[in-house]
Amino acid sequence: MLALDPLLIGDLDLGDLLVVLVKVVVVFVVGLVSTMLMVWFERKVISGMQNRVGPNKAGPFGLLQTLADGIKLFFKEDLIPDKSDRFVFKLAPYLSFVPAFLVWAIIPLGGDFTGDKTGLVTLPGDRVTRIQLADPQVGVLLLLALSGIAVYGIMLAGWASGSKYPLLGSVRASAQMVSYEAALGTSLAAVLLLAGTLSTSGIVASQEGFTNWHLVSTGVLPFVIFLIAATAELNRPPFDLVEAEQELVGGFNTEYSSIRFALFFLAEFMNTITMSAIIVTLFFGGPQPLSIDIGGLQWDGDLYLGPLNGTVWFLLKVLVFLYVYVWFRATLPRLRYDQLMDLGWKLLIPISLGWFMLLAAFRLAQQEGWNRVLVGGIGLVSIAAGAALLAAAMKVSARNREREGAMF
Amino acid sequence: MELFVFICAAAMVLVGAIGVVVRSHPVHAALSLVLTLFGVAVLFVAKEAHFLAAVQVIVYSGAIVVLFLFVIMLLGVDNVEDLRIEPITVQRPLATVVGIGTLALLVTAVVQAQDSVRTGSGTGIDEAIATGDPDSNVRQIARDLFGDHVFAFELVSVLLIVAVVGTVLLSRRPDKSLTSDGGRR
Repeated sequence: MLALDPLLIGDLDLGDLLVVLVKVVVVFVVGLVSTMLMVWFERKVISGMQNRVGPNKAGPFGLLQTLADGIKLFFKEDLIPDKSDRFVFKLAPYLSFVPAFLVWAIIPLGGDFTGDKTGLVTLPGDRVTRIQLADPQVGVLLLLALSGIAVYGIMLAGWASGSKYPLLGSVRASAQMVSYEAALGTSLAAVLLLAGTLSTSGIVASQEGFTNWHLVSTGVLPFVIFLIAATAELNRPPFDLVEAEQELVGGFNTEYSSIRFALFFLAEFMNTITMSAIIVTLFFGGPQPLSIDIGGLQWDGDLYLGPLNGTVWFLLKVLVFLYVYVWFRATLPRLRYDQLMDLGWKLLIPISLGWFMLLAAFRLAQQEGWNRVLVGGIGLVSIAAGAALLAAAMKVSARNREREGAMF
Repeated sequence: MELFVFICAAAMVLVGAIGVVVRSHPVHAALSLVLTLFGVAVLFVAKEAHFLAAVQVIVYSGAIVVLFLFVIMLLGVDNVEDLRIEPITVQRPLATVVGIGTLALLVTAVVQAQDSVRTGSGTGIDEAIATGDPDSNVRQIARDLFGDHVFAFELVSVLLIVAVVGTVLLSRRPDKSLTSDGGRR
């Protein structure tokens, strides 16, 4: 029997339902509060990098600034433009907000995955469960499905506004998100190939200890490609052409105000957190502790926190990536539109496909007992031949464009 | 429970399908199509075909309908069409004939296939429940696609590439100056 949660196997009593309900509420509240803190964190870190003070009035260190802003947004006038498509205009914020929340459900937020343990937790009354809202069969594919749905929110918001700049912003957004979803998926495939499972808890369980993070096979190329593609998927700087203020006023959400705007804003920051959590889950072991075993130095990553050990490790790793995203925003200038498309289609997708093929070839060589050096050599040569062909094709098409009088 | 899920999903599919035909606005019609695709995904989940459901949402709702919407927005055809003007006069009777023909084909296929559907635990997509292995669903599809039907699969991918190359070739406007010295290259 399979289920989203080990609790749901067998007889279902009131206690099981209560545990599931508590988990839902906790994930919801933690999601909202962490988004609030993320907004504060981003503003504080950016102001530090720009030699400013940043929010410091509401609450200690300005922590409650986001809460104040949120309450202000609630009481603002809710405008619906005259030329808008009213139903779609009202629907769009939810299409962007709900997927952002749902991704939380598949992230393992804690639990003990060390050794042969699978992250299962036993609650009082012999209830076995995970510190994870749901562990569906399709696992990490749910992330791709939900980010596919999130495109609709932005796209329909721009279209339904019934004015030019939001429409331009949303057309950009949909083209960008659909293109980078391909790079996201192909770099993800490398992780799935090594983990041999789709389920997020299974992926975490396969990354036991520092040495099993697959640092060479997935930690370099697929990780970098995933990070770039995820940044583009989130529409965060340097890929925030969707809301390029200088060109598009405010992008897809220009006509939105009050609580509908707040929903878009919330979704954007929540997506940043969930994407960092997904990166940690896929590439850096999720709640696995960072155990060190070099020479005489030995540490199993135990922070003496008991059951909270995994959660604390998870939070520490996620914080690193949240900082990286803020850092990106503070340092990198925005890409031009054709640069964005070139990077996605001509660089990221071919590289991640080539790397995936190489990994698959090595996997097969290992199974069949072939000479690995030979397999690697043949793989590299064929990848180089493919790259040369691609480069030649691009050169020819660039020359044709020039001859036809294109300016770029 | 299964009946309830089926009725809800079937209602979604039907409402979406009727919406695609009835709604006069192209964007609304495309959104109705999304509703239909979601309904089909729910039906897949109810039949324990989780992987198919995920792929349905990723590929059809996440990419194909987004591309439809993209084209509708980019070309600015998002205004109500005048149905009285008919550019090709035979297309409406022809569409009726093709529609009825497709329906007849589908009904025949379903009726014919009724006996060959494997039921019971451990066969077909029920293997995931029987073995308790959540990834068996993916493995089965992979073995079918890349093992039993690998030739057809590769043919389809060749067809798609030919279609893409053909479209690019047709959509490039012929340039007089280019064709005169294009042979030199």
